[in-house]
This record gives sequence, structure tokens and C-alpha cells, in this order.
Amino acid sequence: MYALADCNNFFVSCERVFNPALNGRPVIVLSNNDGCAVSRSNEAKALGIGMGVPLFQVRDIVKKHRVVVLSSNYALYGDMSKRVHATLRQLAPAIEIYSIDEAFLDLRGLEHKDLGAFARRASALCLKNTGIPVSIGVAPTKTLAKVASKWSKNRPDMHGGYFLKSAEERERILRVMPVEDIWGIGRRYAKKLHENNITTAWDFTQIPGEWVQKKMSITGWRTWKELQGEACIAFSDHTPPKKQICVSRSFSKEIFDYEKLVEQVSLFTFMVCEKLRKQESVCNQAVVFVLTNRFKENVPQQVESRMVTFPVATSSTPEINQSVLKELSYLFRKGYGYKKAGVILSGILPRQAVQLHLYDTRDREKQDRLMQVMDEINTDMGPGTLSVATVSREGIRMSREHLSPQYTTKWEDIPVVHCK
Amino acid sequence: MKLYLPSEDEIALPLVEGVKCGFPSPAEDFSDMRLNITEEIVKNPASTFYARVSGNSMVDDGIGDGDILVVDKSVEPYDGCIAICFIDGEFTLKHVKVHGDRILLVPGNEKYKSIEVHPSTNFTVWGVVRYVIRKL
Repeated sequence: MYALADCNNFFVSCERVFNPALNGRPVIVLSNNDGCAVSRSNEAKALGIGMGVPLFQVRDIVKKHRVVVLSSNYALYGDMSKRVHATLRQLAPAIEIYSIDEAFLDLRGLEHKDLGAFARRASALCLKNTGIPVSIGVAPTKTLAKVASKWSKNRPDMHGGYFLKSAEERERILRVMPVEDIWGIGRRYAKKLHENNITTAWDFTQIPGEWVQKKMSITGWRTWKELQGEACIAFSDHTPPKKQICVSRSFSKEIFDYEKLVEQVSLFTFMVCEKLRKQESVCNQAVVFVLTNRFKENVPQQVESRMVTFPVATSSTPEINQSVLKELSYLFRKGYGYKKAGVILSGILPRQAVQLHLYDTRDREKQDRLMQVMDEINTDMGPGTLSVATVSREGIRMSREHLSPQYTTKWEDIPVVHCK
Repeated sequence: MKLYLPSEDEIALPLVEGVKCGFPSPAEDFSDMRLNITEEIVKNPASTFYARVSGNSMVDDGIGDGDILVVDKSVEPYDGCIAICFIDGEFTLKHVKVHGDRILLVPGNEKYKSIEVHPSTNFTVWGVVRYVIRKL
């Protein structure tokens, strides 16, 4: 048996923990740069604010219904996510972190227990420990666990947990679940299925396996089997190291100044290298890219990237930064307004697998020690305490007009309690 | 055929890093044992939060303006506990006293009045205070 624990309206719920006055009100959290709604309270959903809708499209609704609009506070959400996962970890033999607000639990060996009660208890404990409401679905496969978790959402009588046990219940739920709501059915396949009059998840399970195998991808085939109750998506309690790591951002305003662009790109390089070392890897290649604002007419446009290859795989921030900035100097054109930039590292290998180069002139050991010290200092004394000289001191030029405090990750920002 | 078991005497001893010569430090086995105050005051890291005090209504309990509170949300509120409560749209620090089905929020300073929580008020106990950190 597997369980899926899914945090309800996660970003909004995090904000509500530290600002309970937001309970019962329509609230939305925006993406980076305050672009689109990425998390919505039930009240906001009821007003018809869709997922991913740009703020400017819903300005009237926001004004009319006094919707609370917040910028994304990823420091807070990341910390709250860790707390929810830590709570779940105490309850199950193994846990797979699927995303910032979702985790699978491996319940194999616990089949003799009352798993419905387990799910409700786990949900109640998450709420008690962290203040975050979590919907927990238990089922024989991961895909069905997702279905069960979804089913328990917005059904207060289920108390945050549901065990999809019998074949009858499975049929009853799948008959009313749209096929596009099933995990693993992408938009493209959903359209194709609808064209073939397959509209519910149940319809999908009733089509012959051969058709699915012939017309759909391997993911579709697995999904089909999983919905029948046959587990075929493996449980993995460790995240495989990433093959590519990217840090990129859009800027709140176009950057015309070379020095300013260098500061921002250096910051991205700094961040991406830190991620690389965190997963104990090195890289062979770095790509730097820049984009102008394609929505602006009558201004010169540029979408361009440049790649640099390292003779010896590396994870050294100064080395990668130096190469990235050299490439950036070839990309930069005067008079162009840059709206977005980013750095991608690829050719990623585990650190132990480095091929040494005969004519390597760098003292690799010394660089490694330097980076280790830098990471330790930044962990102990706060991110960005130590970095390379070209990095922007002001942070990323993002617009976050409605940002809440970093309640759990910054001493100056911890909640204030009135004693009056 | 003869089989030889490797002699235990020949197993290489790990080198103590950083000590190049001379007598190895007898304290080597005891490194990493320095006390960390967080271990003592944070029993449940997943449910422990910090908050800062503003005001003087709890001075008789040794809680003053600017102090840091260590709050554990996993602790079940008990009669008389000091807790962060959410009432009337803000966080406030009080003793939570239960008399039958009445709930009283009692300050720790006689200059301030107790509040009775009406059943209709939007009231929650946010978290129970476990420690107070104060700079002297």
C-alpha cells in the first residue's frame, strides 16, 4: 500500500499559519515577479481565479472581492515543507519527497492496520505540528493514492484522510473523476482521449490494454495498469542527482547596464554552483543565456545563449563564474534591455568520477577546500555571507511587492506577539 | 591446501587526521561532543517556532519586551499553560485557564485584565511556550 500526502493550497496555507486573519478570506500567492496566481485559497478558487492566471487578468475580481494578493515567499514555503515531511517521516517506514507540497509514503508491511485511521491520524498530526492542512490518500498504487488524496480534499467528513479499499469504491470515484485529473495523463493525451469519447477516469480503465499500448506512451500504459490496482511506478526514497541544474530569473525591469547584468548573472552562477556541490557533483559544461522582452514592440530583440566546456569537470564557483562571465561579455549588446537571464550546468557527474587532465594547471584540492569553507560559512551565517566579488549585493532584481516576512528563517522576521 | 587467516595485528590503523607527529591527542575520540543549546530547548524541530515579545503584560512570569519565545505547536495546551493565542485578529501571549467550559486568558502582570473568551469569538491556541530567551 502507498499513501500520498498532499498539502492543501500549500503556499496560501503557509501564509495563513503566520497570519490567521487570512482564514476565510480569498487569498492568492503569485509566481516570481508577481506574475501569475500559483496558489489559491478555496475562497479564491470559488471566485473563478484559475491556476496560473496572470494577475492583470483578474484585477477586477481582486478589487471587487478584496482578494488578498501575496508574493511568493519561498524561504517560508521551503521551511514549512521540510517540517511537514519531517512529521510524515516519523509515521512511515519510508518516504519519497515528490514535490514541495507532496510526498509518497511506503506503507508496505502495514496492510493489517486500519489504514483509513492511519491517514486521518497522519493528517491531524501534520496540522497540529505545522498548521498545514494535508490530504492523505491510501491505495494499492501511487496513481490510486493520488486519486484517494484528491477525493478526500474538500470533504470535511473524511478528516483529511481516505483509504481507497474496495473495487466498488474505486469504480464509484473513477466514474466521476475527469480523465485529465489523473496523474500521468498529460494535456495532449487528455485531448486525444476526449476525442475518443473517453471523458472519465473509469472510461479510461475500460478501454482495451492493447489500444493504450499502441496509441499512448509508456507512461499512459503504466497509468492504465495502476488505475486497475497493479503497482508499476516504483517507490524511491532518494532523489536521483539531477542531470542538469539551472538558475534563471526574470527581472522586474529590463537591465541595460553591463555591470548590472554581470552582477545578476554572477549571482545565478553562485546559486547554481552551490546546488551542484550540494548534490556532490561536478559539471563539464555551463550555458549562459539572455532574453530581451519579447512583449515590447519596436525594441531590438535578442534570445541567445553561449556554452563553455571545462577540460576538467569542476564545481568551483570562481572557475565557473569566470568562464560564464567571459561568455556573457560576447552576448551583451549595448542598447538592448535584458528581461531574463540564466545559467545552466550540464554534463554532470558524481564528484568521485572526475577525469584528471594531464596539463591541468589548477590546484583542484585547494579549490575544493575553499568551496567547502565557503559553503560551511554560508550555511552557518546565512546565504550569501561569502561569495565572489562580482555577485550582486542587492539580491535578485525581482519584483515582490506583497512579500510576507521570512517568519522561520530570519531572526528579524520572526512573528511578534503582543503582551498588552 | 592451506588457508591463512589474516593476522589481526596487521590491520592498518586509521591515521588521525591533522596530527602529523608526536603523541596523538587523547581528546581525539571526544571531539564533536560540544554542547549545542538547540538540542536542549528544541525537542521537536518540526513543530518548534520562535516568536518575539512586544510589551510587558507577562513580566511577572519573567517574560519581558524583546524576549524570544520558543514555541512548540505539538504540545497539547494544558490548564494554566503560557501560550501564543490568536484572538481579535492578532497574536497575544497569555496563561490559558480553563474553568469548566469557560476559557480565561490571564496576563502575568496585575496592571492588565484577564479576558474571557466568548464561544463566538474567533480564538485559537497557536502554540505552547516552552522556553524564554532573554539577554541580560
